[in-house]
Amino acid sequence: MSEPQADVTVVKSPVYLKYRFTAGSAPARFLGRLKEGVLTGQRCPRCSNVYIPARGSCPACGVPTEKEVVLSDKGTVQSFTIVSIPIPGNPIEPPYIVANIVPDGANISFIHLLSECVNEEVHIGQRVQALWKPAAEWGYSMDNIRYFRPLDEPDVAVDRIGKLPVTGLES
Amino acid sequence: MAELAAVVGIGQTRYKTRRTDVSIAGLLREAVDRALADADVTFDDIDAVIIGKAPDMFEGVVMPESYLADALGAMGKPMLRVHTAGSVGGSTAIVAASHVQSGTFKRVLTVTFEKQSESNAMWALSTPQPFSVHLNAGAGGYFAPIIREYIRRSGAPGDIGIKVAVKDRRHGARNPLAHLQLPDITEQEVRDSMMLWDPLRFLEACPSSDGACAMVIAAEDSITGSKPPAWIRGVAMRSEPTMYAGREEVNPQAGRDCAADVYAQAGITNPRKDLDCAEIYVPFSWYEPMWLENLGFAPEGEGWKLTQEGATSLDAGGDIPWNCSGGVLCSNPIGASGMIRFAEAARQVRGDAGAHQVEGARLAMGHAYGGGAQFFAMWIVGADKG
Repeated sequence: MSEPQADVTVVKSPVYLKYRFTAGSAPARFLGRLKEGVLTGQRCPRCSNVYIPARGSCPACGVPTEKEVVLSDKGTVQSFTIVSIPIPGNPIEPPYIVANIVPDGANISFIHLLSECVNEEVHIGQRVQALWKPAAEWGYSMDNIRYFRPLDEPDVAVDRIGKLPVTGLES
Repeated sequence: MAELAAVVGIGQTRYKTRRTDVSIAGLLREAVDRALADADVTFDDIDAVIIGKAPDMFEGVVMPESYLADALGAMGKPMLRVHTAGSVGGSTAIVAASHVQSGTFKRVLTVTFEKQSESNAMWALSTPQPFSVHLNAGAGGYFAPIIREYIRRSGAPGDIGIKVAVKDRRHGARNPLAHLQLPDITEQEVRDSMMLWDPLRFLEACPSSDGACAMVIAAEDSITGSKPPAWIRGVAMRSEPTMYAGREEVNPQAGRDCAADVYAQAGITNPRKDLDCAEIYVPFSWYEPMWLENLGFAPEGEGWKLTQEGATSLDAGGDIPWNCSGGVLCSNPIGASGMIRFAEAARQVRGDAGAHQVEGARLAMGHAYGGGAQFFAMWIVGADKG
């Protein structure tokens, strides 16, 4: 006779999902240039704001965006968080900084890692620049940028964050 | 709206980390049975069932409404599933209310749930996107930078979030259904808890809960039950894109517009003065001062002052207690969290909120938000028809 067993209350049943992503014309062009190591956005013909990554329309105006704009890989920290929470299976070891970065020439931020910095000294308005992986490793991915790191440039005033031209602070 | 509608039945489960004694269907049925009993009706008296929950990816049960139809007594009746991310509990209640207000149905059962112990919300909210880096920071990772910007622009003292965390846990200790029971929590304990997503500490974040919340909403000529009905005086929803250039993320336009709409319906001109209490979706401590401003309880940049002076605290005798039930900071079955806010507002004006009752409450607000603070759902309920 087998040993009496405890009641079964939980059965683990993992679900795995793999998706095929149809990029559409605007993201396809964005990802294509990204593979060449170039960040691009699209300008809204109505409000003139430049979006990255471009999705082919302006979410605020609801009109198509067709004009590609080359952006800088320098940018400004709009905000950030220092992530210390341990998440099982996370390949990045905490603490790490997730920053909302607006690249020069764009009017909206994306998130990326910020590294080579003293975490406690990171601040809103700080200037940063992308550190790219070696060109041989580039794919259709924002992971082509390993992370952003601080630039030795003056901070950007809060009311100018997200409004710098592609030439950055020089203009 | 053509018809007046009211909440006549409320049922909630006890909120816990893990309910291994029941399936998802059993969890919902527990809340539903309590709501039906509270309304003194049976399934036979229900015309339609409106169910809501957060993303299917959480528990990995796709379209749970199809398998739940029999457990919810929906055989041969209209059944509808609602989804608007974290605000879904609120929007589900509004969809249910609207079906009664429009005259379509006399009595609607509405229920929302989450069984977080069977899910991994952190990963489900961090799915890789082809045009973005995959940083696995979860909801806290998304909202922490927005909170940082609020602190910068308002100049709020760093301990405001800590005060909210303590206040809501002390409220929750009055509510036997609340998941976290921390009657003796101190500001020092919150301050010393681990910084998860700077500036958010462990004790400034909501827990992961299992639970369900249900309500019976009835037309004026179909009121049942022995408790007073909570009359629905206004309902509003608004949404906006997650991201657009110049989007006001700290003080979203959709939230302001939604509040203005629901206040106009209920004849509210000064929410702090006109309302007796509010149940507002605050999953991270700093969202109390942020929503105090977004919802017009305080001028922009000054919401934190209400928190600081105890205006939102039942224990401090504040004039506008927020989240007397303990709020999302005490219980967070995600899909149900919004409906709990709506139901707890109704409990207050029915005079049925037990130890967390605001004495003499006549008019209360329920609020939920979701997505990247882009979906808003609000209602005002009153002891009077208005």
